[in-house]
Amino acid sequence: MIAKTTRRRTVSSLVMGLCIAATLFGLGWLFLILGTLLIKGVQGLSFAVFTQMTPAPGNQGGLLNAIIGSLTMTLFGVLIGTPVGMMAGIYMAEYGRGSRLVSTVRFVNDILLSAPSIIIGLFVYQLYVAEVHHFSGVAGIIALAIMVVPVVVRTTEDMLLLVPSAMTEAASAMGLPRSVVITRIGLRAAKAGLITGVLLAIARVSGETAPLLFTALNNQFWSWNLNGPVASLPIVIFQFALSPYKDWQQLAWTGALLITTTVLVLSITARILGAQRTGK
Amino acid sequence: MANYAIDVPNQSPSAPASRAEALRRFRFGDQLFRRTTKASALLVLLIMVGIIISLIVGAWPALHTFGLGFIFSASWNPVTEQFGALASIYGTIITSAFAMLLAVPVGLGIAIFLTEICPYWLRRPVGIAIELLAGIPSIIYGIWGLFVFVPFVQTTVQPAIIALFAPIPLLNQLFAGPAYGIGLMTAAFILAIMVLPFITAISRDVFLTVPTVLKEAAFGIGCTRWEVVRSVVIPYTRVGLIGGIMLGLGRALGETMAVTFVIGNAARISPSLLAPGTTISATIANEFSEAFGATYLSSLIALGLILFVITFIVLAMSRLLLMRIESTRAK
Repeated sequence: MIAKTTRRRTVSSLVMGLCIAATLFGLGWLFLILGTLLIKGVQGLSFAVFTQMTPAPGNQGGLLNAIIGSLTMTLFGVLIGTPVGMMAGIYMAEYGRGSRLVSTVRFVNDILLSAPSIIIGLFVYQLYVAEVHHFSGVAGIIALAIMVVPVVVRTTEDMLLLVPSAMTEAASAMGLPRSVVITRIGLRAAKAGLITGVLLAIARVSGETAPLLFTALNNQFWSWNLNGPVASLPIVIFQFALSPYKDWQQLAWTGALLITTTVLVLSITARILGAQRTGK
Repeated sequence: MANYAIDVPNQSPSAPASRAEALRRFRFGDQLFRRTTKASALLVLLIMVGIIISLIVGAWPALHTFGLGFIFSASWNPVTEQFGALASIYGTIITSAFAMLLAVPVGLGIAIFLTEICPYWLRRPVGIAIELLAGIPSIIYGIWGLFVFVPFVQTTVQPAIIALFAPIPLLNQLFAGPAYGIGLMTAAFILAIMVLPFITAISRDVFLTVPTVLKEAAFGIGCTRWEVVRSVVIPYTRVGLIGGIMLGLGRALGETMAVTFVIGNAARISPSLLAPGTTISATIANEFSEAFGATYLSSLIALGLILFVITFIVLAMSRLLLMRIESTRAK
């Protein structure tokens, strides 16, 4: 009897020990990846990175065109995707609550949220690039906007459902039209959550590579022309890291550090904002 | 919409015409807003339908040329224009399966740690740190995998594995050298780290739905912590756990950039798990922008269609299972 109890205790401690080991394992990779990134990336960090174009192999250069390209495409992608996602989220949480259409949209949206991003790239290629016969920044923006929509739909619906109904009912009782109740009361009450959603969407999109591969392609040079190929950080990292040139690989590491820092800062900010909301 | 506030003073009884006018404008604005939101919701559906249609249309020439043989042929030869998806499908399934083999136990372990063992003050930071793993862009895993992980695997891990299994028949085929570093196993390992946070997050969330009373009852009759987890927590949350695992699997199947870096991109099926291979997404990522000829392009899109069908099924099942858990929680 005692032996059995001891054995059960030992098994339990053993498994719990393994759980702790699993956690250390997971955290270990995080620190390992971030650590290497920091060490390798900082080596190449210089003023030139932010002021010069991507160079030919063996030349001095930076990542300016890639940074600008990424910023522009992310900005426009988010500017297009956010209103669409928010409107859809508003319909799901306010007008169509509980309807069949809404549960279908939610189901499809959740699949879009996890669908392989390279499929989005293929879709935009078929839809736009194949039609106009050239790669372009516009195509990249469309692809990124499509990636933004499901993230924003999800958070908008969730956050609006959290708004106390007493608040919106009070507004309705005063005779305000539904649209005003939603925009002035609902959206305002859910503001922190909505910002969290948009930040998460930016974080997700700014590191995306696969949907840009055959939409925006790449551009060695400065380009404000969104109708032509546009460089972006992830694609430049992809291309430079797989090249045999040491200086290109160094630039890839530096670019990787820049992207990761941006993405992690965005997602941590989003989490802090989110925590403030639920903390109340 | 900003003019509503200005409209309000106009609603005085002395001006019935402008009151009617204001109400009409209210109604019009309201209708417009409602329609816009509905149109946006429909747009989400439209995107999904558009993806399916565009993939089928794009894949049609290849599927028409090769028929069902496209799925079952392992030859991928751009020069002779003979294309088959089997090598890519094989790589996709093998890497994802092995990734899950590692990620599921580790992910569950972390979730158990976070819900059962971890002191309260540590739960949030550890939880966030694990979730940050999901935030790191795929391409970062790729560059890290190629420059840090692959050399380590090539010089240390793989020679040891090859030597270990060399005397054992069958297994020495499965773990045959040479040690390339890149290959199916390396890709599977990187994938495992990438899907780990998804599995952890969902398992933790469903573990938290277990009523405390149930757990306390089990502790009360003298169960050890592990027995509580095994006999109460896991059975109670089984459906949700499977949903979370499927979600992780869906992610692993479609993961592109990280795999492209470390898998070696060889469109062939080798018996060795250490050999270079390819996955559907890696093939598309590598070859699409350089593909020449309609058949080549169409074959790549057909690969995309296959990937989409597989992930759609997996993710749809995941959603349905998770929805079941959510509806029981709402009760």
